[in-house]
Amino acid sequence: MVGRSVITLDDLSIPQITDLIRKATYIDSHRKDVAHTCDGRVLATLFYEPSTRTRLSFETAMLRLGGKVIGFAGAQLASVTKGESIADTLKTVSNYVDVVAIRHPKEGAALVASRAASVPVVNAGDGGHMHPTQTLADLATLQSRFGRVTDLTIGLCGDLTFGRTVHSLIETLCRFGNVRFVLISPDELRTPQYVLDRIDATPSCSYVEVRDLVSVIGDLDALYMTRVQKERFFNEDDYLRLRDTYILDESKLALARPEMAVLHPLPRVNEIAVEVDDDPRAAYFEQVKNGMLMRMALMSSVIGDDLPGYVPLEPKEVQA
Amino acid sequence: MEVTSIQDGIIIDHVPAGTALKVLQYLKIDPAKTRLALIMNTTSRRHGSKDIIKIEDVEDIDLDVLGLVAREATVDIVRGGAIVDKVQPHLPEHVVNVITCANPRCVTTTERGIDQMFHLAHSGRQEYRCDYCDEEAKL
Repeated sequence: MVGRSVITLDDLSIPQITDLIRKATYIDSHRKDVAHTCDGRVLATLFYEPSTRTRLSFETAMLRLGGKVIGFAGAQLASVTKGESIADTLKTVSNYVDVVAIRHPKEGAALVASRAASVPVVNAGDGGHMHPTQTLADLATLQSRFGRVTDLTIGLCGDLTFGRTVHSLIETLCRFGNVRFVLISPDELRTPQYVLDRIDATPSCSYVEVRDLVSVIGDLDALYMTRVQKERFFNEDDYLRLRDTYILDESKLALARPEMAVLHPLPRVNEIAVEVDDDPRAAYFEQVKNGMLMRMALMSSVIGDDLPGYVPLEPKEVQA
Repeated sequence: MEVTSIQDGIIIDHVPAGTALKVLQYLKIDPAKTRLALIMNTTSRRHGSKDIIKIEDVEDIDLDVLGLVAREATVDIVRGGAIVDKVQPHLPEHVVNVITCANPRCVTTTERGIDQMFHLAHSGRQEYRCDYCDEEAKL
């Protein structure tokens, strides 16, 4: 993985993703041991649109590895206001740093950046297109809760049409195999056909589409919540009618299994009631921690700095 | 339908009915500056109807581009008034600077100097997607 950019999770093999999850677990339990892994390294966070959460996660990840951070947040601060192309910015910044995390409102911007850069580029979200480190955080959370990311029944609830995190998670879990998907959404926000085709093309995976969360919540190992946004509806009546159906509260959670995990890419608005936060099944803030750990694992891997004391499971497989 | 023969050039047959002008446009052949004959919406045993394009003094066309816009087409090479070769275009795996991405959110709409690149995502459906944003190509 050394020197590689990560624009989508398709850039990583399943053994590589598995190794990253193992590294994240190792980092969590050996924080002091890994605190100087990236001494002398510099990360650039090039955030052309605001995203406090993801930027802080990348920056903290590098600081916790002993590296330093430069960057900008908000394109108005950057030379982009003077008309500089993404490619030129990356060719310049490549001379300063060892790794770049880029967020940009345009879809495909991270690919443009990676082709121009001479150092690894990690996509921190390119418009509504890809956000691979969010999916890595989701996978790490499933792994930490269940000890596996396969042989699970996973419910995905809310806006399944526009939710890029949902599509990316489904496609990646299909690569692992052995997952039953329960797709819970209003008719207006159903899963796109190309994502369903991906599940159909995976013999060990299956799906059902339902409209009602309450009727299926008891079958789920994990429930991945997303926000149903008002602007996605053609009329307000439909929105008001459906909105509450997809709000997770204690009364709905009472019907779920005691070990079910509730995930959410955050930020939350009102789709998960605050009372759920204290329930041990709420895993969404743990997901944030896992996101940082996975970014630590990913950045140290693409820079080529070995984590002190970490032994890879199958060193040969990981090189794929 | 009677059509005058060409001496040296190519005959693009089995072009989907009504698309001959679009095919010429993609092949970057200017009908105003090229000696050619268009036969549109003629009878086809295979497809019911089809277009045929006969081009004099042109032998070198981009078969990848033809495969993209007229997958079923065949190309007859004509020399001295006789067909000397017949070639069939194939679906190209990649196409560069032939199609433009229609997604307004795609980085190709704002970034200067980058190629418009598409890849074959599903050969059965003849589906091409933008390398950058994965939007399906609209031909």
